[in-house]
Amino acid sequence: MKEIIREMICIVCPNGCRLTVDDSGEIGGYQCERGLGYARDETVNPTRVLTSTVRVIGGVHRRCPVKTDRPVPKGLLMKAMERVNAVELTAPVECGQIILGNLLGTESNLVTTREIGRAKEIISEAQAP
Amino acid sequence: MYDLIVVGGGPAGLAAARAAAEEGLQKILIAERDGEPGGILNQCIHNGFGLHYFKEELTGPEYALRFVRMIQKTQVEMKLDTMVLDVRPDLTVSMIGRAEGYQVHEARSVVLAMGCRERTRGALAIPGARPAGILTAGTAQRYVNVEGYMVGRRVVILGSGDIGLIMARRMTLEGAKVLACVEIMPYSGGLARNIAQCLHDNDIPLYLSHTLVDIRGRDRVEGVTAAKVDDLKNPVPGTEFTLDCDTILLSVGLIPENELTRKAGISMDERTRGAYVFDNMETTTPGIFACGNVVHVHDLVDYVTLEGERAGRAAAAYVNGGCGSADARTIALRADGDVSYTVPQYLRLSGEDAGSVPVFFRVRRNIVEGTVVVRDGDEKVAAFTRKHMSPGEMERIALPLRLLGRVRAGELSITVEKVAS
Ligand SMILES: Cc1cc2nc3c(=O)[nH]c(=O)nc-3n(C[C@H](O)[C@H](O)[C@H](O)COP(=O)(O)OP(=O)(O)OC[C@H]3O[C@@H](n4cnc5c(N)ncnc54)[C@H](O)[C@@H]3O)c2cc1C
Ligand code: SF4
Repeated sequence: MKEIIREMICIVCPNGCRLTVDDSGEIGGYQCERGLGYARDETVNPTRVLTSTVRVIGGVHRRCPVKTDRPVPKGLLMKAMERVNAVELTAPVECGQIILGNLLGTESNLVTTREIGRAKEIISEAQAP
Repeated sequence: MYDLIVVGGGPAGLAAARAAAEEGLQKILIAERDGEPGGILNQCIHNGFGLHYFKEELTGPEYALRFVRMIQKTQVEMKLDTMVLDVRPDLTVSMIGRAEGYQVHEARSVVLAMGCRERTRGALAIPGARPAGILTAGTAQRYVNVEGYMVGRRVVILGSGDIGLIMARRMTLEGAKVLACVEIMPYSGGLARNIAQCLHDNDIPLYLSHTLVDIRGRDRVEGVTAAKVDDLKNPVPGTEFTLDCDTILLSVGLIPENELTRKAGISMDERTRGAYVFDNMETTTPGIFACGNVVHVHDLVDYVTLEGERAGRAAAAYVNGGCGSADARTIALRADGDVSYTVPQYLRLSGEDAGSVPVFFRVRRNIVEGTVVVRDGDEKVAAFTRKHMSPGEMERIALPLRLLGRVRAGELSITVEKVAS
């Protein structure tokens, strides 16, 4: 009888299948190939997409959301955050702009995930009667 | 006179407006009280949106932007910084806007898409002091993600709704220490994948069947006491432990924002706290439709979008005179047993028998290997098996219209049964 040595929840899609790994390394509980792939990666090299925000100067908001365009090794997330926190953008910002290439040598780029317009306040105040 | 006025420019409202425009409605207005469209998505910077609808994984702002771009290609007019004050049964809508002041507009149809708001501590009655440092997870999300203020260093999350789970990870990434997530129910209120990628990933303990029994601190939170609860949700003496935190984030549920709906005299379902709706998302007031979180709390924006599109198409059909034919038969859907509600609550059969009607519901407890059974009186008309169902996850079945044509009773019962092993 094979024994389940690890259980995990697949995070690839919202179905959240309960995956199992037995002592022979066989994976069960997945409903699709992507889940199988996730379980394999998770046992060897777990990765995650990092989402965070960076500082924006002169924009309608003070922060611009960003993500890595592919998953990065889980162990590097906090180190990646140090890089993210050092970034400062100036408005206007486009969605999809690459702001850090090849983050920590992972071949993953940090990209913006929304557009941030320039703040109009200063202009409109000047025009106010 | 507008053909359609949409109240709220979140994903539900945007989808409704776009679908109605595609069906040929000319004069469509979206009124949004915020300064930008997109609703709650603008602060949900994490990924996990759009897997069903776009077949790719997007962040909240990216998902919103796609719909905003689609809307920009249509004739749809958008009034931002404009709050709707009143929707009357005769379809006049009053609103107040920063640019245009108070206005009253007539419409041929209205779509309600106001979303929901978070339950707050006041609604919960936690004993203890009332210091600073207690806020809802969604408010914290807005501070951190949009406005760029860190809300605390040592955090306890009360409740395990998705926003709380997402914020547990977010605060950890920003350098805070999240000490625990405390949930009074024996199951989590959020998606399993969020338990995995937000709590497990960061070694944050989840205390199920636990609550906070005391909050300490005068000006700022200095700590909390948690305890186990019994079956009646009363704290069990002797199980108390303390957590030294400076911040408490509440993630204890969302409430559909239905003041306008109630004022309009639309019939409300006490279970969903949203309007009763037919399968085309029409409320009990002809010409007024509703979609998205204002109808019932959704976990996934993809289904919000699909619901919005159905409401938009139905509004267009209503305006073009093709909806609610007098001879349509109405069937009520009755949630029985472990099914806590259904949306829609009513089906209107027009004799068409191609396609299917999506029915959403939630279950009251965790069910492994269950079957969703639909009955017409004693007769089973459909059954759908599910590996796993939990109260934190919305379930969906598609009822084939061809089966519904044969229904004899005026209502169908929906229950969940354990698969006999
Ligand atoms: C923290 C969090 C995390 C989530 N994570 C995910 C996820 O990972 N994946 C996923 O698919 N889904 C997720 N969701 C769910 C999804 O984002 C929501 O279900 C969806 O945004 C609801 O859309 P809506 O249009 O109904 O409401 P909302 O987005 O709330 O939009 C309602 C809009 O109506 C406006 N409004 C309200 N009242 C008025 C008024 N009187 N006049 C004018 N305007 C008004 C509001 O300003 C708002 O813009 C998450 C939700 C939250 C809160
Ligand atoms: S196994 Fe497939 S279906 Fe199941 S959660 Fe993972 S990706 Fe989704």
